[in-house]
Amino acid sequence: MNPTNSLASDAWSALSKNRAAWFSAMALTTMVLLVLLGPLVSPHEVDQTNWSKLAKPPSMDDGHIFGTDDLGRDLFVRTMYGGRISLMVGIVATLVSVLIGVSYGAISGFVGGKVDSIMMRIVDVLYAMPFLFFVILLMVFFGRSIFLIFVAIGAVNWLDIARIVRGQTLTIKGKEFVDAAKAGGVSTFRIIFRHIVPNLMGIVVVYVALTVPQVILVESFLSFLGLGVQEPMTSWGALVNQGARQMESSPWILLFPALFLAVTLFCFNFIGDGLRDALDPKDRTNINE
Amino acid sequence: MTNLKFIFGRLAGAIPTLLVLICFAFFLVKSAPGGPFDFERSLPEEVEKNLREAYNLDDPLYLQLTKYVGSILTGDFGPSFQYRDYTVTELIMSGFPVSLRLGVAAIFLALILGGTIGTIAALNQNSRLDYSVMFFGMVGISIPNFVMAPLLVLIFSIALNILPAGGYANGAPLHMILPVVALALPQAAYIARLTRGSMIEVLNSNFVRTTRAQGLPLNTIIFKHVLKPTFLPVISYLGPATAAIITGSVVVEQIFGLPGLGRYFVQGALNRDYTLVMGVVIFYGLLIIGFNLIVDTVYGFIDPRIKHNR
Repeated sequence: MNPTNSLASDAWSALSKNRAAWFSAMALTTMVLLVLLGPLVSPHEVDQTNWSKLAKPPSMDDGHIFGTDDLGRDLFVRTMYGGRISLMVGIVATLVSVLIGVSYGAISGFVGGKVDSIMMRIVDVLYAMPFLFFVILLMVFFGRSIFLIFVAIGAVNWLDIARIVRGQTLTIKGKEFVDAAKAGGVSTFRIIFRHIVPNLMGIVVVYVALTVPQVILVESFLSFLGLGVQEPMTSWGALVNQGARQMESSPWILLFPALFLAVTLFCFNFIGDGLRDALDPKDRTNINE
Repeated sequence: MTNLKFIFGRLAGAIPTLLVLICFAFFLVKSAPGGPFDFERSLPEEVEKNLREAYNLDDPLYLQLTKYVGSILTGDFGPSFQYRDYTVTELIMSGFPVSLRLGVAAIFLALILGGTIGTIAALNQNSRLDYSVMFFGMVGISIPNFVMAPLLVLIFSIALNILPAGGYANGAPLHMILPVVALALPQAAYIARLTRGSMIEVLNSNFVRTTRAQGLPLNTIIFKHVLKPTFLPVISYLGPATAAIITGSVVVEQIFGLPGLGRYFVQGALNRDYTLVMGVVIFYGLLIIGFNLIVDTVYGFIDPRIKHNR
């Protein structure tokens, strides 16, 4: 029993014992720094073509450490720019889905009764939808803007969070401090967003870590099919697509972006797993020895 | 009796889901900017008028929707906008067998591979073998299909030159190996992790301890007592797994040039072929909803702890 431990210190002590999660966190930090700073250090520009160096393999001599693509653009800088877009989509779309999911779940759980069962019934119905295809439909019909990618992916990814948050809200709303707030005449809206939602943060953090890689995956899936990020912008999915088309003659155009994408997803998954072990109330028995 | 009631209940629940799906697709397409007849060169007015009439585009919206729902219920998804000589139903029917072959093979491979690996890992819990299996499991989950597929081609077709890099060749087994593996691997990895976790839980449960205390041989314990409860969560994962395999098949078919449903979908999406895209989405939805229904029902029969008394 250690009732005095705060959420953050619980998470910290559990995570620091999880070597895989630690290593992932460090790898991910390195990745973010590389993606942000790499293009600044490199002598090449993202859209600078060089007709004398088409599809050159990686070499240290001319500064093309990842080689060049079929238009003679530096692959290192392009991979870093693609990473910026992929990570940005991952984070922004996850925030959108968290915003929707937490509000929806907290309201549903707190209000309860008929409202709750109708709201959860809607979630059940939406669960059975082939959502990725709806994202594709949205992209097809409304143009392929990056803004739409954020909204579309975020708008279809909130169901898990809503369910979990609702479950948590149901347990929290019976606590004394909620009764106290009610007795003090605090409005329902304020109780939900000032008293309940802050207590959900642990579970939300876990799902953020698990949702970010999913979102990055969806974005790269769309970009791979040519339905996502459009030239001159790029993302890891778009780069993998470009690389897959010429892997016979110049495999490095495929391998570098694929490696970055896979390592990022890998790290996020490990951190998410570690956080879930540390913070998910379902597994409380695991950490309080 | 209760089981029958349960099945009907679930069927009744699936119908609104389907209707929402159809309406969603319908209104999405209707609210899309740009009509299907917006070509570079504008059509003569009479031609466009006739076309609009043929596709019911001048009716009020609710009438179009009811007509659409009605025709879908009779299995008619309308004519394709792009492939002028084919109906969407014909296109779906020509692509579906290819996708079905691919998907079924991938699910079986994922189940067998993932189940075996997960079991081995669980029986050697916390050993070096266990850790390495779980590590590679996470790697498998983290590498998306569309990265895995080109990598497999790079290794087995280009470097080793032992398997064909693409093409359907009327379903020749040799041509199906790489697509099936690319599609199955992430699911196999997930199933392995799921199996491992589930089996460890079962192995630690009281009834297994009892069988051990009774001195039953380890093989008997595992095959007669442990395997069934272990695979219950795996079976319930089959629903999401199918959805993931369907999604994955879209890219895998694209990469390997298989003439399946996924390719029609991507072509339709890139060409703004409204009826084809809607048809395929609804067809996919039907598949996923139907399969979830089957899994739920089967699950109820296998696991006696679940009582269908709702």
